[in-house]
Amino acid sequence: MSSVLYDAQGPRAKRRNVLYTVVFLLAVVAIGWWMFRTLSDKGQLDWEKWKPFFSGSEAWTTYILPGLWNTLIAAVLSVVIALPLGAVFGIARLSDHAWIRVPAGVIVEFFRAIPVLILMIFGVALFSQYTSVNSDDRPLYAVVTGLVLYNASVLAEIVRAGILALPKGQAEAAQAIGLRKTQTMTSILLPQAVTAMLPAIVSQLVVIVKDTALGGALLTFPDLLAAVGPMSSYYGANTIASFTIVALIFVLLNFALTSFASWLERRLRRSKRSTGAVLAAEDEEINPAAVGGGFGSGASA
Amino acid sequence: MPAGCAALPERRARGPPHAEAREIVFDFLQGYDLLGAFWVTVQLTLLSAAGSLVWGTVLAAMRVGPVPLMRGFANAYVNIVRNIPLTVVILFTSLGLFQTLSINLGGQRFETINFRLAVLGLVAYTAAFVCEAIRSGINTVPVGQAEAARALGLNFTQALTLVVLPQAFRSVVGPLTNVLIALTKNTTVAAAIGVAEAALLMKEMIENEAQLLLISAIFAFGFVCLTLPTGLILGWVGKKAAVKR
Repeated sequence: MSSVLYDAQGPRAKRRNVLYTVVFLLAVVAIGWWMFRTLSDKGQLDWEKWKPFFSGSEAWTTYILPGLWNTLIAAVLSVVIALPLGAVFGIARLSDHAWIRVPAGVIVEFFRAIPVLILMIFGVALFSQYTSVNSDDRPLYAVVTGLVLYNASVLAEIVRAGILALPKGQAEAAQAIGLRKTQTMTSILLPQAVTAMLPAIVSQLVVIVKDTALGGALLTFPDLLAAVGPMSSYYGANTIASFTIVALIFVLLNFALTSFASWLERRLRRSKRSTGAVLAAEDEEINPAAVGGGFGSGASA
Repeated sequence: MPAGCAALPERRARGPPHAEAREIVFDFLQGYDLLGAFWVTVQLTLLSAAGSLVWGTVLAAMRVGPVPLMRGFANAYVNIVRNIPLTVVILFTSLGLFQTLSINLGGQRFETINFRLAVLGLVAYTAAFVCEAIRSGINTVPVGQAEAARALGLNFTQALTLVVLPQAFRSVVGPLTNVLIALTKNTTVAAAIGVAEAALLMKEMIENEAQLLLISAIFAFGFVCLTLPTGLILGWVGKKAAVKR
């Protein structure tokens, strides 16, 4: 094992590593023991509190699965609406005309600078004051509105970065054979950019799924997180157990999406047919260069 | 309902529209503690940023270090925590840690306890992203740099402090800026456990006043003021600092 930080280890370094391992293990065991004691003192480890999830399907069919279904509906709706919007704004930001490019840029940067929660709270009031949307549907509308406004602007940046990541020769070749600007965009650049940004889009789905939980906590949207409250009161204050199960479902769902994104990325990088331009799956979250914009990122809730 | 807003209808009748809007904003500033709410947002951001920088650096050190067990731990921590919604983390600190396990972090009043719990949740969550940012910074340093350092006869500490880390720190500024901006926006999630920051005040104001667009504009403006300069200044610093390769 060698990396930029350290070379292959000799006998002394190996002995030292064993020492570090033992000390770290002791620390972990001590913290684990303290957690175990705290949990069992409060009776949170009693089988009664965990039983609903492992024996019988009532907890799943009554609370968890309907919640998960709502979470997924909100996430899918948001991405389906945000994608075309994002594509339009992303392309508009690349326009040759300043009167298209500048307003699109301002709108995109504006919505990226504002927390999703602020947009969702705005959405709730908007639908209750200015529309006749049924009060049961309002939370879903508000969650989707907030997510669409925010993620459309993030996706716009992804689309823009995807198009900019293509080799310059593509646009030049299109120009050389006499294609118009629109033709170049729709038949040369966009089809290639879509493949290049697929991993980044799938990673953005993780951010969207995580953000739906805001609706559950603050906007009475009956999502997976909102199931914790009624569940823990029905099964005798099994708060820890309920949170653990819900968090576990989120982790599994998002881990599957992340793995899919990096699998896609590796596959696209390997493929011989493409130009080799691929937006990395994780770029949007921490790498500002990848999305081109000066600020804002998708590493939000 | 604050006292300043009761007189609103009469005042609205006179004066041009912009004067009217100005008076409404003035009433908001008197009736609601707008600046106080944004101050709480700033406090949450700064405290969580400091905490997550420390914890994230420790995690990153474990993750790139030579000890397999620490590497595994940091890897698992990052992959689990960043796949859990922040809302779940924050709500857990209140419902799970405080209400179920009676962990109050030394606070006596509810406000103090909730504030500290929110910082704890934000630190635990953001550290995963800080760790990733630092790791990606270290990964931008080509292996050849360390190999050249060793070829020159520098020992491990010298290679690390003179060659690798100076280059890594410079590439980390950009990614860390984005984490900081995301953190600023994420502090709104603390509203879920009743911390009196900007998003909670916005919710309250929208419920009490019939000025949806104006209130939203004020809060949007507040967040733009917080995130835009950070992004522009640190983004510029990051671009200047990054090693061109």
